[in-house]
Amino acid sequence: MIRIANGQGFWGDSLEAPVDQIRRGPIDYLTLDYLAEVTMSILQKQRTRDPQAGYARDFVDLIARVLPDLKDRRIRVIANAGGINPMGCRDAVLERAARQNLPLKVATVTGDDITDRLDQFLKRGIELKHMDTGEPLSAIRAQVERANVYFGAFPVAEALGLGAEIVITGRVADAALTLAPMIHEFGWKEIDWDKLSAGIVAGHAIECGAQVTGGNCQVDWETIPDLADIGYPIVEAEPDGTFSVTKHAGTGGRVTVASVKEQLLYEIGDPTQYITPDCVADFTTVHLDQAGENRVRFTGIEGRPATNYYKVSISYTAGYKAMGSLVYTWPDAYKKARAADQILRQRLTRLGLRFDEIRTAFLGANGCHEIPTAEPTPEIEPHLPEVVLRVGVRSENRAAVDRFTREIAPLVLNGPPGVSGLGLGRPRVEEIVAFWPALIPKSEVRPEVAIWPSAN
Amino acid sequence: MAKRKLVEIAHARSGDKGDLVNIGLIVRKPEDYPILLREVTADRVKQHFEGVCKGKVERFELPNLGALNFLLHEALDGGGTMALKADPQGKTFSTALLRMEIDVD
Repeated sequence: MIRIANGQGFWGDSLEAPVDQIRRGPIDYLTLDYLAEVTMSILQKQRTRDPQAGYARDFVDLIARVLPDLKDRRIRVIANAGGINPMGCRDAVLERAARQNLPLKVATVTGDDITDRLDQFLKRGIELKHMDTGEPLSAIRAQVERANVYFGAFPVAEALGLGAEIVITGRVADAALTLAPMIHEFGWKEIDWDKLSAGIVAGHAIECGAQVTGGNCQVDWETIPDLADIGYPIVEAEPDGTFSVTKHAGTGGRVTVASVKEQLLYEIGDPTQYITPDCVADFTTVHLDQAGENRVRFTGIEGRPATNYYKVSISYTAGYKAMGSLVYTWPDAYKKARAADQILRQRLTRLGLRFDEIRTAFLGANGCHEIPTAEPTPEIEPHLPEVVLRVGVRSENRAAVDRFTREIAPLVLNGPPGVSGLGLGRPRVEEIVAFWPALIPKSEVRPEVAIWPSAN
Repeated sequence: MAKRKLVEIAHARSGDKGDLVNIGLIVRKPEDYPILLREVTADRVKQHFEGVCKGKVERFELPNLGALNFLLHEALDGGGTMALKADPQGKTFSTALLRMEIDVD
């Protein structure tokens, strides 16, 4: 049996979680997921300013902090912290290890970055059509910032096979970070579809960190113990493809069949076809049992052969946006917020500003759900203590969005009464980076695995 | 038949993929799964999210988990970073669905 922990569900997740995973109980592998789709573009912007940047710096600080513990406990780390500069990330980690006089073997998995090859692909008739709309990439080619392939678990397992104590990857499918140590330890092959699918289901269960141990858990949320000290998830994996999800003893949160079900259903499509680079997992074959306190056992998982394609995530710039908020108070909170929205829109029209979209939400009065049955009833409405007016605009024209940001604050003095600006100041104009999911034949790209210091 | 809110017999989690929202709906007690199957149809979900979900609604069954998975197409104003919604990642579609009124035996 091996223990694979997750200590980071996204870049910006708890800084203490990975440290707790290392120090508060036994684990063999620590996986860390840093790359949301939007992260690649943020890293791109950082690298434009500083060629040495472009990776998750938090990861380097974390390794520097826990390196002696990793050594003592022989824990190996797998992280997609490399972003768009995995080699830079590796060098930074090696430098911090050298400062502590600790020898360290760090491997990288690269080759996912196909930004510079896009035109070559398009010329050869690989259209990189949008997976949902079918549009060819040529429609937005000029706006493209980056293109990265999602690799699977085998190159990561290869890196572990080379003896890496830390594996730093670029873009790799989130669940593959968990599957990789199983392939490495248990010798699973490319055709072991059922076992690979089990590893992917395990990865899916823990890739969002505490979302499987009681975080964002809807069922009986009030009775979940000690969320302040919530434990992050650990997979206890067996060579036959069965596994349990649990957490360290003494931590908060809860692992039950119900909490696990919520996470299994998170961000999936057709449950019989969960497509990953390594296999197609069938979530309708998962069997769950409560095997003990805070321990759920997974059995029966089946899957099918992988497809011949990798998914590609292409980021492109798509104009500008800004969001402004004001809060209106009783009496007539909702009525005043709606009136202010109308006044603001009239002013924007009078200024001749054109937007692709203007969107209003009334928070506190059906601002999130926005469905007809969630509207405050006429009996409730007059009693609402406050309603937040939140207006967003989007446009190709930065100047129009910038002008919009000047029209929020004046409403405090020249609009409906009983209003606060929430101390937020003028809204910020943001450049929008949008995403274009596409497929590419696997034969067109190859993962590259390397280790430092090298064998000789 | 009595009217109840879905929240009394089920729990849910939702998330995004581009302009699409998925909602996993899970029955609290296995014996209530047939109620979910009968009451929470793709058509009813589409109607429940009137004005919010502009595309089709697909429903998938996971009897092994006592669950349904719904895909709501064109539900996020273009999706992710494009969306100006207060909930651009569709995280609260789960609780919005649980407001639905259903008939129970």
